[in-house]
Amino acid sequence: MKGLKKTMRVDFATYIGVTVAFVVMYLLQLGGHLSNSLSGQMVPICCFVSMAVSLNLVVGISGELSLGHAGFMSVGAFSGVIAGMSLADVIPSVPVRLAIALVVGAFFAAIAGFIVGVPVLRLRGDYLAIVTLAFGQIIKDLINCLIVGYDSHGLHIVFNVSGLKSVTDLHLEEGGKAIIKGAQGAVGVTKMASFPAGYILVMITLIIVLNMVRSSTGRSIMAIRDNRIAAESVGINVTKYKLIAFVSSAALAGAAGALYGLNYGSLVSSRFDFNTSILILVYVVLGGLGNIWGSVIGATVLYILPEMLRSFSNYRMLIYAVVLILVMLLTNNEQFKQWRENMAEKLGRGKRAEGGV
Amino acid sequence: MSQQKTRMVPLPSEGIIPERDAGSMPVLECRHLGIEFGGLKAVDDFNLTVGKTEIAGLIGPNGAGKTTIFNLLTKVYQPTHGTILFDGKETSGMNTVQVNRAGIARTFQNIRLFSTLSVEDNVKIGLQGSMSYSALTGILRLPGYWKNEKRMHERALELLSIFDMQDLANHIAGSLPYGAQRRLEIVRALATSPKLLLLDEPAAGMNPSETAELMSNIRKIRDTFQIAVLLIEHDMKLVMGICEGIAVLNYGRLIAKGTPEEIQKNPVVIEAYLGKQKGADA
Repeated sequence: MKGLKKTMRVDFATYIGVTVAFVVMYLLQLGGHLSNSLSGQMVPICCFVSMAVSLNLVVGISGELSLGHAGFMSVGAFSGVIAGMSLADVIPSVPVRLAIALVVGAFFAAIAGFIVGVPVLRLRGDYLAIVTLAFGQIIKDLINCLIVGYDSHGLHIVFNVSGLKSVTDLHLEEGGKAIIKGAQGAVGVTKMASFPAGYILVMITLIIVLNMVRSSTGRSIMAIRDNRIAAESVGINVTKYKLIAFVSSAALAGAAGALYGLNYGSLVSSRFDFNTSILILVYVVLGGLGNIWGSVIGATVLYILPEMLRSFSNYRMLIYAVVLILVMLLTNNEQFKQWRENMAEKLGRGKRAEGGV
Repeated sequence: MSQQKTRMVPLPSEGIIPERDAGSMPVLECRHLGIEFGGLKAVDDFNLTVGKTEIAGLIGPNGAGKTTIFNLLTKVYQPTHGTILFDGKETSGMNTVQVNRAGIARTFQNIRLFSTLSVEDNVKIGLQGSMSYSALTGILRLPGYWKNEKRMHERALELLSIFDMQDLANHIAGSLPYGAQRRLEIVRALATSPKLLLLDEPAAGMNPSETAELMSNIRKIRDTFQIAVLLIEHDMKLVMGICEGIAVLNYGRLIAKGTPEEIQKNPVVIEAYLGKQKGADA
């Protein structure tokens, strides 16, 4: 049982690390020791950590390059916002409504993941990347056409493909409220997200992804990544397991999107464009493909970094890019790898037999 | 082990199998099997019967179509002609996964391990067909997860001990020496509890002492699991030493079938391997 114990130790270290970081930051925030801008970053950081961990399931564990992760985030964000807003009268409790919004976001993102996944997972490599990229754009444009409102009769949805319709076409009765106004996006959203909710989301994401990776499902997914033909020869249903990885990743991105959407007063779909997908991919790649705690650290550090660099004003993104390049050079440096392995051995935590996770 | 001479008996379907298997249904029967790649007949009119506990060999010069036959049996390619009866059932319409579930497991000529995973995980992946639990059980770590993982762990070590590899369980598969990787492939195939084990050049790259060990292990596997083994091999010492029946393939066609003694004396086989000898009288 030695192998099992070793991976369990890494997992628990990840959980404890995240929890300690949360407790420290939360206490600082409560005590008013955080600057306003940093304090406002806490929920988005949690969302992007969750995004990075879930993308790692596809890119690192399943080995398929997906460039449309932000698309699933936006599906989750807008469906989550609709759920969170329209249920305001039925469910007064904010935490309960937030939880429901997250589940709704995850559900719709999972459906989107399934619809995209079934045809797309027949493709490999670059082709898969291109199709997922296109999907991200399509989702963005579709949401731009969406006009949604609610009144006592329930939800009213108009699909504004012609670009001629407006909120009045919803025919809301007196007291009804528009939630999403086409290209303007969602406006007047009640801010429901909180840092503790973000922490819970990160923990749930981590538990789902790590437990899946350590189970027979995760082994099958990694087996397909390592050698598809051999995986088939030992009876692994390739399509099924690729789809499980893709859909669960989309669902987790949807939940993160819902929390993200409910953290702001307004939300436009262009926030979930191609750049966002690439940004999340950068977190995953720099954190290490298939390395879950690496994604947590990668997302946190790289999300805060541009904020920290604000004082450099115009040179901000330049320095950000230089830091990225340095990290890449360092992590590929043989001497640094050697040093890191030596340190790991000294600490008695060699991670030799972990299946690269 | 006392090396008893195996007697082969002919079957009505033109196959030959060891006498001890004559009472039970043959595990594999290929009838007029063939595949064409754009007009090129890679395998043509291939007939073979393998007994329930037979160790059979498939030999022939390079490019004769031996691996292609393995790919046909495991449905990596769909045959264009003929039928495959496995355990009495036709396998037409099945895919690779279904054929494996039905009981055909294989190894590969160019090793195909899950190279970034541990040795134990490689074996566990083979075991998953029989000891599976749902994805949700795994995520929520329900009792089924712990129970099956424990069983898989124990069974994996048990299977690895066939080749005395249980101490390597935590090593990364890709970091193993060549010979050990070949052995691990066999263990992984065995983990799927097959009725027929296909070994594609199991002794390639092994030294003579490793090969000798492999021979006794293949016999041990057949005896403990009571399964059939069909192997492709160029090492004639191994083939003649353990195979009860041998089929010889050349240019995609079967040119001879029989016991090792018969094959060694067969002039057609000698010609295929050594070329025509001028004025020689075989």
